[in-house]
Order: sequence, then structure tokens, then C-alpha cells
Amino acid sequence: MSAIPTPPSPASSTDDPLIRIRGLRTVLNGKTIFDGVDLDIPRGRITAIMGPSGTGKTTLMRHITGQRPPDAGEIVVDGRDMSRISREDLYALREKIGYLFQNSALLTDYSVFENVAFPLRQHLKLPEELVRNIVLTKLQAVGLRGAAELMPSELSGGMVRRVALARAIVRDPMLIIYDEPFVGLDPIALNQILRLIRTLNATLGITSILVAHELAAVRLVADQINLIAAGKIAAHGTPDQLARGETPWTRQFFSGESDGPVPFHYPAPDYASQLGLAAPPGGRRDVAAPRAATVHPSAAASALDGRAAPRDGGNA
Amino acid sequence: MSAVRKRSMLLDGIAQIGACGLFGLQVLGAIPRSLRYFRESVRQVWFVGAMSLTIIMTCGLFVGMVLGLQLYYVLSIFGGTAALGTVVSLSLYRELGPVVTALLFAGRAGTSMTAEIGLMRATDQIDAMEMMAVDPLAYVVAPRFIAGVIAMPILACVFNALGILGAHLVGVSWLGLDNGTFWSNMTSSVDVWKDVVNGVWKSVAFGAEVTLIATFQGYSTAPTSEGVAYATTRTVVFSSIVTLALDFVMTAFLM
Repeated sequence: MSAIPTPPSPASSTDDPLIRIRGLRTVLNGKTIFDGVDLDIPRGRITAIMGPSGTGKTTLMRHITGQRPPDAGEIVVDGRDMSRISREDLYALREKIGYLFQNSALLTDYSVFENVAFPLRQHLKLPEELVRNIVLTKLQAVGLRGAAELMPSELSGGMVRRVALARAIVRDPMLIIYDEPFVGLDPIALNQILRLIRTLNATLGITSILVAHELAAVRLVADQINLIAAGKIAAHGTPDQLARGETPWTRQFFSGESDGPVPFHYPAPDYASQLGLAAPPGGRRDVAAPRAATVHPSAAASALDGRAAPRDGGNA
Repeated sequence: MSAVRKRSMLLDGIAQIGACGLFGLQVLGAIPRSLRYFRESVRQVWFVGAMSLTIIMTCGLFVGMVLGLQLYYVLSIFGGTAALGTVVSLSLYRELGPVVTALLFAGRAGTSMTAEIGLMRATDQIDAMEMMAVDPLAYVVAPRFIAGVIAMPILACVFNALGILGAHLVGVSWLGLDNGTFWSNMTSSVDVWKDVVNGVWKSVAFGAEVTLIATFQGYSTAPTSEGVAYATTRTVVFSSIVTLALDFVMTAFLM
């Protein structure tokens, strides 16, 4: 299967996907973030969600976890419709989801041990010895058993990320969401996190959603990639398929071209006239460079059709 | 300032009041769920109550001493210095104790609540709790609200006690007023239910009001360092204004 610029195909829509999204539409502050997103997240696989900054990847995760209801469309997680879910059911569902925040979001007043033990203490009445054994097992898995008594402020960025990962898996969730797990990591920490993501998926069969920008890292772990752009799933397929860059979106995103369907420049007045070098013909003239999420309709349409997008970047 | 901007600010202000009111209802609804975090409530009583004792006791003592000095001077003009204990105690029980304690509480405990919750919001700790299926209103906000309602009247009583002690030091030990006169006039004029208990009710209301404003400002702050700074400032400003306005309303009803 090549990079497919259409809604998810039956190949990606397994018989019983863990998450099924249909016709998702979201408007934030008057700006359309999603406009008819269809997406399936299969069970037991690592699915990467990629896309330019500001395309709503984190917003999509908020929809999936019930932190933000969509304006339209259907999101079904493990058989539960998120738009009709009760508060009790939502919290019960969240108990089965591990979420690795971009900035880790450790509780700063608690030690590493207490951070990892927090979900256990809040939801389960376990003997202290069992809590201790579970927490130390998870910390051992991320290589930080020796740091159990340290405070978050005493840890490096990579260690904080690993503690957050230990906390996310402490209750053996059915789904883990990694929100930008590779940002700011040195190569050693990056490799450790990659190995952990792959190991967790392989040994525990956990469904994983990986929100990231780093194609090289994502290619090592993801089973499939969904590329979000212009409010839709612009392409999806295996990492190798998308890396071939068969559509303008994938070509620009995976080769890092500064110009293409996603413009480099934010919409602005004419450059020369703003510098006082020349009067704009016919007065003020806006550069025809739309924002990534409000991309020019013709550019988005042609990109999704696999045709060459009009070159209307910000250097016009 | 243009009329449009004034109107926008007015609407924003009304919206904030409405949002704070809804937040207060949510907090009240979360109190039953927060009972399982009893230890957290106890920890907060210690933090906002016991840790505020130093400032409350110090200020209470000095306010009492100033009251004693000023009132002794005024009363001596009319030859009524014997009423010093009565006037000081009524001033403290009915007004100064609850109000000054609330103002000090807003500055000492309210700001720390706002900053703490605001930073938790800015660093995604509140969202992390939500994602771990832990209700932040029940785990973070409600225990602080309960602690404020419990701690404020106790702190006001301590303030009153130290204030009367300060007035006694000035009036009796320094200016030579008779000790028996000071105490007997006070005990014969002060009504426990009408004066002391009404003051306690005021303190309970101020405790609820200050902690509600402080937690709301922290919970709804913009997740930036500037946002937390503004929220902390707003806690002091709004708490002070609402405390004084509420004091007037409650005084009118409790007279």
C-alpha cells in the first residue's frame, strides 16, 4: 500500500479498532482545526500521528481522552461513544489509558516513587508492600529504580520523561498516548525511550498512539503513520510508504522542504512595501500564504488529490 | 478609554463573576467526593491555618495595642476609660477580628493557593490528574476550600485573643487602667451569641469567600508565568474588596 491520500482504507480499519473516529469536526477560536477526519487506531499496534505544528495533534488526543468534546462527528474508544459518555464511565475509561504528557507533568511535590505510586494509591486499596513492589518493578523497567527517592527537580529531562512513562504504565493500561515523547532528548535518552515504547508494545500488547515530529525516530517504532494536514488525514500508511513522499504533503513533510502545501511564511503584508522599498500595487497587499491549518483550498484539494500544489508560498 | 473597551471590560467582569459562581457550585459538589482525601484536607488546614499563626498573632497583638492606645486617648476625653475593655473587645469580635484576619489570610494563604494551583495548571499537573482519573476539584480544590472554612474562624479567634491581650498590655500594664475594671466591663457587655458567634459566622463566610476566589484564580489562570503573577495579584485585590463588601452586607443582616 502506498501513501494513501484518502480516508482510512479497510486495511487500516481492522475489524475492531480500539479507536474509531468518523467525520470529526473541530473549531477552535473561529479556526477550523479538523474538518471531516476519519481515523482508526488498531488494537495492539503503534500508530503515529504526525503533521506540521498547529495542525491539532494534541487536540486530537484531547478528543480521544474526553478532555474536549468535538463540535461534530463520532469518536468511539473501546466501544464507548465519547460524546455520550457519563463522567463515571469516562473516569473508568481513563483508568485504562496511560498518557505521557509533552512536559511529563510529574507532581512536583511528590518523589519519583510517589509519582509512580499515585494512580495505584488513588484507585486501588493495595497493601503497601504490593504498591512498593509494583512501583519498583515499573521503575526498574525504565531504569530508574535507584532514583525512587529523588524529587522531580533533581532529575534530568530524559529521566523525568522515563518517570512519567513508568507512571503511565503502572496500571498496565490498554492504551498509551505519547505526546511528543522525543522533544529535547539527547540521543542516549531518545534511544532508551524508543526501546521502551517498542518493548512495552511487544511484551504487553499495549495499543500505542505516538504524536511526534521526528520521522527518523518514528520510523523505528511505528507500525503505521497518519499525517494530519489541512484539517484532514492527508496521508496514511507504513513509515516506509510515507517516507517515499508520493504526495505533496508527504514530500514536503518528510523531506523537510520549507515551501509546499504548508507555507513557511505566516500571512503578512507585502514584504517590500513593509520595508518601505516599494509601494504595493493597488495599496496594501496580503501575501497569499495561508497558515498551515487554514491552507488555501486549492492547495489542500490538489495536495489531497496527489496533484502538484500551487506555489503560493510566503515569498510571493 | 473608548466606550467599546469599557463595555468589553464590564462584560468580562460579569463573565468572571459568573464563572466564579459556577466554579463555587462545582467545588461544593466535589466536597462529598473529597472526603476520601481527608488527609489532604488535614494537611491543608495545617498549611493555611497553623502556618498562618505567626502573622495572625503578631498582627493581632499590634492591632490590639493600637486600639488600646487610641481608644484610651479618646475615652479619657470623656472620662470613660473604664469602658476600654468593652470597646476594644466589641470592635475586635464584631468587625476587626474577622475582617483583618480575612485580609491577612488572603495575603498569606490565598496567594500561596493561587500560585500553587496556577503552577499546577501551567505544568499540566491538573490535566495529568484528570488523565489519571483523579478529579482535581475533589483532590486539589475542595480540601483547600474546606481548610479555609475551618481555619479562618480559628485564626480570627486567635487574632481576637491577641488583640485583647495587646489592649490589656497598653491600657492596664502601661497606662494604669484597673485590671478588674478592664475585665469586668468586658465580660458584662459582650454577648456570646450576638457578638462572638456572629463574628465567627462572618469568619466562616470570609473563609469560604477568600479560598473560593484564590482557588478559582489559580484554577482558571493562563498557563504562563505572567498569568500566574496576575492571578496571584487578583486574588489579593478581589478578596479584599469582596471581604469588605460582604462584611457590610453581613453586618446589616446580623445587627
